[in-house]
Amino acid sequence: MMNLLTVSGSPHIHGNQNVKKIMWQVVLALMPAMLVSFWYFGLSAILLTVISVTGAVVVEYLIAKFLLKTTPTVGDGSAVITGLLLAFNVPSSLPWWEMLIGVTFAIGVAKMAYGGLGKNPFNPAIAGRIFMLVSFPVDMTTWPKPGLPFNTLNFSVDGLTGPTSLGILKERVGENISSISAQLPDYMTMFIGEKGGSLGEVSAAAIILGGLFLLFRRIISWHIPISFLLSAFVFAGILYLVDDTQYINPMFHLLAGGLMLGAFFMATDMVTSPMSKTGQIVFGVGCGLLTILIRVWGAYPEGVSFAILIMNAFTPLINKMFKPKSFGR
Amino acid sequence: MLKTFKLGGIHPEENKISKNSPIEEIEAPETAYILMNQNLGAPSVPVVSKGDKVKIGQLIAKGEAFISAFVHSPVSGTVAAVDTHVDATGYKRTAIIINKEGDEWVDGVDLSDKLNSKITASKEEILEIIKDSGIVGLGGATFPAHVKLMVPKDKKAEYLIVNGVECEPYLTSDYRLMLEKADEIVVGVRLLMKALDVPKAIIAIENNKPDAIEHMKNKTVSYPEILIEALKVKYPQGAEKQLIYSLLKREVPSGKLPIEVGCVVQNIGTTFAVYEAVQKNKPLIERIVTVTGKKVKKPSNFKVRIGTPVSTLIEKVGGIPEGSGKVISGGPMMGKSLADLNTPVVKGTSGIVIFDEKESKRNVTYNCIRCARCTDVCPMGLQPYLLSNAVENNAWDIAEKNKVMDCIECGSCHYTCPSNRPLVDNLRIGKAKVGEIIRNRKN
Repeated sequence: MMNLLTVSGSPHIHGNQNVKKIMWQVVLALMPAMLVSFWYFGLSAILLTVISVTGAVVVEYLIAKFLLKTTPTVGDGSAVITGLLLAFNVPSSLPWWEMLIGVTFAIGVAKMAYGGLGKNPFNPAIAGRIFMLVSFPVDMTTWPKPGLPFNTLNFSVDGLTGPTSLGILKERVGENISSISAQLPDYMTMFIGEKGGSLGEVSAAAIILGGLFLLFRRIISWHIPISFLLSAFVFAGILYLVDDTQYINPMFHLLAGGLMLGAFFMATDMVTSPMSKTGQIVFGVGCGLLTILIRVWGAYPEGVSFAILIMNAFTPLINKMFKPKSFGR
Repeated sequence: MLKTFKLGGIHPEENKISKNSPIEEIEAPETAYILMNQNLGAPSVPVVSKGDKVKIGQLIAKGEAFISAFVHSPVSGTVAAVDTHVDATGYKRTAIIINKEGDEWVDGVDLSDKLNSKITASKEEILEIIKDSGIVGLGGATFPAHVKLMVPKDKKAEYLIVNGVECEPYLTSDYRLMLEKADEIVVGVRLLMKALDVPKAIIAIENNKPDAIEHMKNKTVSYPEILIEALKVKYPQGAEKQLIYSLLKREVPSGKLPIEVGCVVQNIGTTFAVYEAVQKNKPLIERIVTVTGKKVKKPSNFKVRIGTPVSTLIEKVGGIPEGSGKVISGGPMMGKSLADLNTPVVKGTSGIVIFDEKESKRNVTYNCIRCARCTDVCPMGLQPYLLSNAVENNAWDIAEKNKVMDCIECGSCHYTCPSNRPLVDNLRIGKAKVGEIIRNRKN
């Protein structure tokens, strides 16, 4: 009996969280946005999502087993998250093999090359998206319009493409906003999601639903999403107040493109965001400002991915500068 | 809003299974093993040798260093050996082994149950008796009580804080003591107040023990200088620095003692021991130990002689349950898992907790996912993930710069880590190594 006793250091009890649980809850939180994408973009959305998720899991498994020679931990759900998020970031008309190349880069280079979960400096899904954006610029910026659910159950999307809200804004830069506004969807449509765009970012409502779940389950804290959204809103709001013929209503910025998805699901990636709460606010504000900066003056219509990627690079520095306040010092 | 500390903290399942078991006195062991390292600081030095006859309460070892404590015989009989015996860490340490014969006390000990509330001893006498009685902090840290009470000349004690928090899951010894020996505790508090010459004392109790709070309030109505404070249930509420902050919003500076902010903290059990020493002339030879576990037949609170083997206590609760995997001395958050059940009860043994095999295993460790939960829950505002990495990479300078020495080893970080990283293990290594480096630098 005596020899069978476990001897280990304290603490001897453990809380009820583990990596697996956290990751699968994030997957669960992504479900509303996924279902909305299936609803609006039909079979092509399903196909791309399946390819991306399966690709992510298989690539991670193969690299862990045969290149790194470690025990694969694909069951932890983190590869599934990357797969889902990457699929959320592409237009539904993207060729399947481009999706596969993108997800191979996301997992293989942006995650596993650094040593796998927890060691990557950049969010793999965002790195993957930007890799695809520069590799397949045309396919990555041609967006099919969301059709009504049942008439898009086909792979042919010809004649249904159209620019996204941000695309319209970017193409006609310099024109008076009021002349463009007519072509833009109204806020309610943007909120619900029947607009052009990448798979998972069209419905702010679905993303907020998932985001609230994560907040409620304390998987993420409010610091990054709120500071991200608020700073983007305030910055865009200042521009709007300065000249409302040149700059669009900040509400539009909140609902357009990938801001919601970025704020709730990409910027909050634990691995690549700062550790202290103050650091997280700094990070969120940086993301918000850069997003608007790129959207308004940058070459691309969308700025969320670039903003997060840039702030990912600053994360180690932010960690150094904003440490938690320590007791008795 | 109940008072609490400001940084971090967790709320583990309380599991106070033994809370309704009244304190039960168990007989002295046939053979008592009295370890010489029962206190923080220097080990005590034996003053008896093999063959000597001793009585209960007789001085058998002296604390000669500044931070050390006296030890008294818990049984009457013959010293069988001054040898070594296994302690809670699994190492063999110097021990005095006494075979019991009869039940004979040293002269002058008042063994009656009668409350003696009349304080006649002077401040100096109280301090001396506490020192001579071998009283150490009974919460588990075992800092010699008399050393805490020696206030440096340039400092002033304003508050005596009595720690009845008992924030460790499972443990109920302080709780039972408060319910059953409240009058004695109050006298103990008054004695300590006199010894420290402080105008105010605060007895702090976590809000999950409402009956103890109520009871202590009733017992102190005629002493307005003694305040009972209910605190929010949050681990580690009973850690000295956190406790002081909760009560007074004062922050003990890093590396300093509570007296820096005018406080002296003593545990409830210590207060009771002070009563018995000063009012009953009884040195510290026994203590209350909770013996519990989810599968334990009869979870209990025992009044136990120091030197009683843990195995004896386990027999008293019905033996080791089938499928047990771990026996912890102390609470599950900060206690030590025992490698050998022959290890004896020491002054700091607050409880024995028995886990089944499933509870005993550590979960599989994953990569750190940098979720920052460890920094969120650290009551000292440290970054355990960073310190742990520094230790794993032998980066002692980084560990020191990031205040590894401030770690109180409460275990909140490991408890909360979803990757199950052995953070406290690493931080302990870091503290030992960095502490050594700092000492060498000074020399």
